[in-house]
This record gives sequence, structure tokens and C-alpha cells, in this order.
Amino acid sequence: MQTTIDPAEVAKFEAMAAEWWDPKGKFKPLHLMNPCRLDYITAQIAAEYGRDLKGPLPFQGLRVLDIGCGGGLLSEPMARLGATVVGADAAARNIPVAQVHAEQMGLKIDYRFTTAEDLAAAGERFDVVLNMEVVEHVADPQGYLTACQELLKPGGIMICSTLNRNPQSFMMAIIGAEWVMRWLPKGTHDWQKFITPDELYTLITRAGLTPLDRKGMVFNPVTWSWRLSARDLSVNYVTTSRKEPMV
Amino acid sequence: MDADVLIVGGGLNGPALALALAQGGLSSVVIDARQPQARAEAGFDGRSYALSLASQRLLAAVGVWKGLTAQPILKVVASDGRAFDGASPFALRFDGAELEEGPAGYMVEDRHLYAAFLAALQHPLITHLPAETVTAQGEGWVELASGRRLTGAVVAGCDGRASGTAQRAGIKRQGWSYHQTALVAAIAHEKPHNGVAHQFFMGGGPLAILPLAGGHVSSIVWSEREAEADRIAALDDEGFMTALRPRFGDFLGPIRLAGARFTYPLTLTLAEHWVKPRLALVGDAAHGVHPIAGQGLNLGLRDVAALAEVLVEAKRRGEDIGALDVLERYEHWRRFDTTTLALGMDGINRLFSNENSGLRAIRDLGMGLINALPGVKRGFLRQAAGLSGRLPKLMAGQGL
Repeated sequence: MQTTIDPAEVAKFEAMAAEWWDPKGKFKPLHLMNPCRLDYITAQIAAEYGRDLKGPLPFQGLRVLDIGCGGGLLSEPMARLGATVVGADAAARNIPVAQVHAEQMGLKIDYRFTTAEDLAAAGERFDVVLNMEVVEHVADPQGYLTACQELLKPGGIMICSTLNRNPQSFMMAIIGAEWVMRWLPKGTHDWQKFITPDELYTLITRAGLTPLDRKGMVFNPVTWSWRLSARDLSVNYVTTSRKEPMV
Repeated sequence: MDADVLIVGGGLNGPALALALAQGGLSSVVIDARQPQARAEAGFDGRSYALSLASQRLLAAVGVWKGLTAQPILKVVASDGRAFDGASPFALRFDGAELEEGPAGYMVEDRHLYAAFLAALQHPLITHLPAETVTAQGEGWVELASGRRLTGAVVAGCDGRASGTAQRAGIKRQGWSYHQTALVAAIAHEKPHNGVAHQFFMGGGPLAILPLAGGHVSSIVWSEREAEADRIAALDDEGFMTALRPRFGDFLGPIRLAGARFTYPLTLTLAEHWVKPRLALVGDAAHGVHPIAGQGLNLGLRDVAALAEVLVEAKRRGEDIGALDVLERYEHWRRFDTTTLALGMDGINRLFSNENSGLRAIRDLGMGLINALPGVKRGFLRQAAGLSGRLPKLMAGQGL
């Protein structure tokens, strides 16, 4: 298996793999953030492919890849909306966890123990690549994003989220989430690997994609929920980019 | 799955939830214990609701408002009436004109409202099962007395304060009795009410006079201490009117009984949990409040609008709509609001149902102050109209 995933990072997530679907368990922060991420993802896909989210199975006919699918927190919603979903994870232990849960939900999802690089090499192509909270964990972000570009059909879109690198994100994501709230085990994130929005746009462009949109995701401690922000990209943020169709 | 949501209860909240969900493209089954046709075809009996402006908007959004017979409440006068000597000069006047959105609310008769709901349930996304009761339930399924088994992503308990749905789910409730009973009747009067609602606060409890369509009939909600209410309820119609007249006063001219009389003991109950995995409680099943000012149905409809919005949003994101974290968004949204209001109404009722002269002075002073401060009064009015707090989309004139 050819991989750009840092082996030390995979081991950390393997250790966390069992409690994926407990909204009050270890993955509580992801469950809290999921509605906000899904609002962004669904709106971007609907806009790009002219789909009506109010109708039944709006994503029918779209092939979606969820990289770093974990327990399937994004793969399942995409399948429910009608998409044909491949969930890929470099941590083998996540795959049976995700498979068992999809079966309980009556959803058909193709979960695979593989990497973006291997899928690209095998010639797999998708309308949408979901690349959420992965790029800050890989050893070679440029190589990884280039593999994501290869995975897209011409005209396809990649949605990529990550963490900004500045004093505020250090306070929120490292001190706040790992040390104070204990939302994540200490050492989940390496702040040095965080990427600024401008750096990400440069990496995406060099990978051969056209950046289309970026938004911040902001946690509100009063309503205890996340919301999208056009202005505040200081900690968590998400981007959309397109592989231009060949002329 | 038979439907997205299995709704237990065919009263008003159940059908309202089915219609609100259908607005957002979600399917439902309404399990209704009664043979509903009888209630819809009943003659005038005076049972009616004071619908807030927010509730009216919900009804309009789900398509049951058009053509419904309703009396706008153009003005609300609350006064500290001394028992036997009518209203005090320290009256609180809420004028609908102070609210840019229109009248503070509407009076609607139960028979009209229910018939409108029943007609609207003929919807491709709604299955109405009359004369069916639930005998067993679990996460995402119910079994009916007919032996039929239904499955859905969520079971919604809209089955009132004695909610079987809550009991079967092992949800305990806390309750208080006020040792008060509400006497409800329709009263015909010679002079027109001009769309004005009155609330007289008296020693035994409040007397509300609420204008019904037509101009010469009002609905009264007359609260009295338990023993006194029992005594009055046992009187014949003439005796009842003799007891009412000094309290009602003569400002609307001669009065007479115009329909049936009903009695409702006043209790407050709150369910310990509103949601469990694949289960949500709505309206009185979650919170049975003191029915002064008609807030019971208004609160229930607000639950309906909030729950429908949460579920429709979740469905459009591709989430599992029965997952606990989805249903908890509804609980967090509505629970705080409702508990505050329930305790607030409890407090108002205790403050006013008292003959203590010190409290009277505070009340009179308070009412004078509220009248003098338009901002405060407007706040009260917005609260009564259901326009305060985080408003669900269906109550803000938006679709789902």
C-alpha cells in the first residue's frame, strides 16, 4: 500500500476507533460539528450539480468518495441523500465499525481499507471528493491533494476542511479541545501541521484544482453548536474547489 | 419503513405536526384513538382557543387557516377585579395596534379548527388511522390494537398530559395541582364585544372573557378554588349564571348561557425527558400547563413547528432523523422556553389569586407601571402573541 499517511497518525486514530457513533462519547466534537459540515457540503454539491435538497434522494447518480471516513459520519448522510458512496480509511479497524453501522441503518456503502493515492492509482473517479479534517494529518499535503485531484472526474468538486495555523487556533484546537475540554486525546493534532487558508488555496491550485469558495466554521459556546461564517476562518474552515472540465 | 414519523394522537398537535412535516416533504402516520368525524360535525358548544399570532402563522403555513372562522383579538384588557365589585381602575390595556404585526391573536372554536385539520389531513404524505390505539412500542415501532405493526424513524407522542407514549417509554413526569378548576362556557351578550378580550384577576382565580366570531358571544374561562368550582359546576344553568353575573359585570349588557359547560381541573405537569432515541414528546405530553391565556395549545403548536423544523433540516442534511443528538436539538430549543413560561404563569396565577391587601397594592402598582412603560408592555404583548424567543420558521412566515 503506497501512502502519504504518517504511520504515527494512523495509530492514534486506530486507538480511538470504537466509539464513533456515540454522540456523547469520544467523538462528541465531530458529532457536534457534523450538522454544520453537512450544511456546507450539501449546499455546495446541490449548487454545483443543480440538485434540489427539498426533493427525495437529491444526490442520486453522484459518485462520492469520503476520505478518512472513520465510522461513516459523512458517508451515511451522503448515502441517505441518494449518492453512491465509497468510504476510504487508512485505519483498518474503522472499516468493520462503519460497515456494521451502515448495515444497522439499512444503507449500502462501499467501505474500503485504502488510501487516496491507491484509489487514484487504481483509476477510480468521483463526482465529489470529501476531504474533511484529513490534510492536517498527512505527511505530504501537496502529494495528497494531487491524488485527490486525480480522483475527480472533469468538472468534479473537492470539499476540503482543515484547521488554520495561528495563535487563536493553538488556543482553541490544542489548549481548548485537547487540554481543557478533553474533547480529543492529547496529541490528536500537531499544530505545526495546521494550514492557513491562503496556503491551502496555493496547495489546491498547484494540485490542478480551481478554488471556488471558503468559509469558517465557528463554535458558539452558548448555543453549543457550530455555524458557518463568511468572515471568521481563524480556527476551523472549509473550502470547495473544482477540477475544470477539459476544453 | 411505513413513514418518517409515527404520530400518536389525533387531537390538534398530532395533525398539526403531520401537516408541518408534510410541508418539508416528510411522511407520517397519525394514529387517532377516536372516530374523528363526530367531533368535526359537532354543533356550537363554546369550546375555543385563543391562538397567538405565531400559532395563526403556523396554521396559515400548513394550509388550515384559509376559510377558518376566526375572531381577531383587537385589544386585551387585564384588570385587577375585586370579587363582587368588578374591575379596579388599575387596568392593563394591551392594544393590538401597538404590535406592527397585527392583532395579538385570534379566537377559534374547537369544532371549526378540528374540522379544518381533518380536511387538510387528506394529503399524499399523511396516513390517518382513526379508531386505532397503540398497545406496544419500541425504538422506531408501534403495535396497534388491530394487530398492525408500524415502523418509522421517530415516534412522536402527541397524546396529551396522560401520554401513553411517555409511559411506555418509561418517562416519568412531575406534576402539581393548583387545587383550582377552570369553568368554561360560551356566554351570549347583548352589546358587541368589538374584539376586546378581558382578563379579570380575582381572589378565587382569573376570569377571562374572550370574543368569539359574530360579535355577541364570548367564551369564558373562569378559574375558582376546587371546592368553590365544584359547587358552581353542580349548579343548574340558572344558578351558574346567577353566580357568574356579579363577576362578569354588566359592561356587555344582559348575558345568558350560549352553549355547554365544561370543567377542567388546573394542573401543571412536566415530563422528565422530552426525547429518547427515536422518540419525541410534543405539547401537553411534554408539558401540561395551566390553561390561562390559552397558552396550552400555543405552546404545543410551537413544539410542533420546532420539531418539524429540526427533523426537516436533519433529513435534508442526510442525518438519521431519529438519532438522539438530532432530537435533542428540539428538546434544547423548546424545553427552556416552556419551563420558564410554565413557571411564569404559575407565578402570575399565584400572585393574582390572592386577597392579601399587600399583594393587591403590588399588583396595582405593577399594572400601573406596565401601562406607563410602553416598551415593557410591548414586551408582554410580544410574549403573548408568541413572537418572543427563537421563533420557528413556520411561525415567522417562512416555509420549511
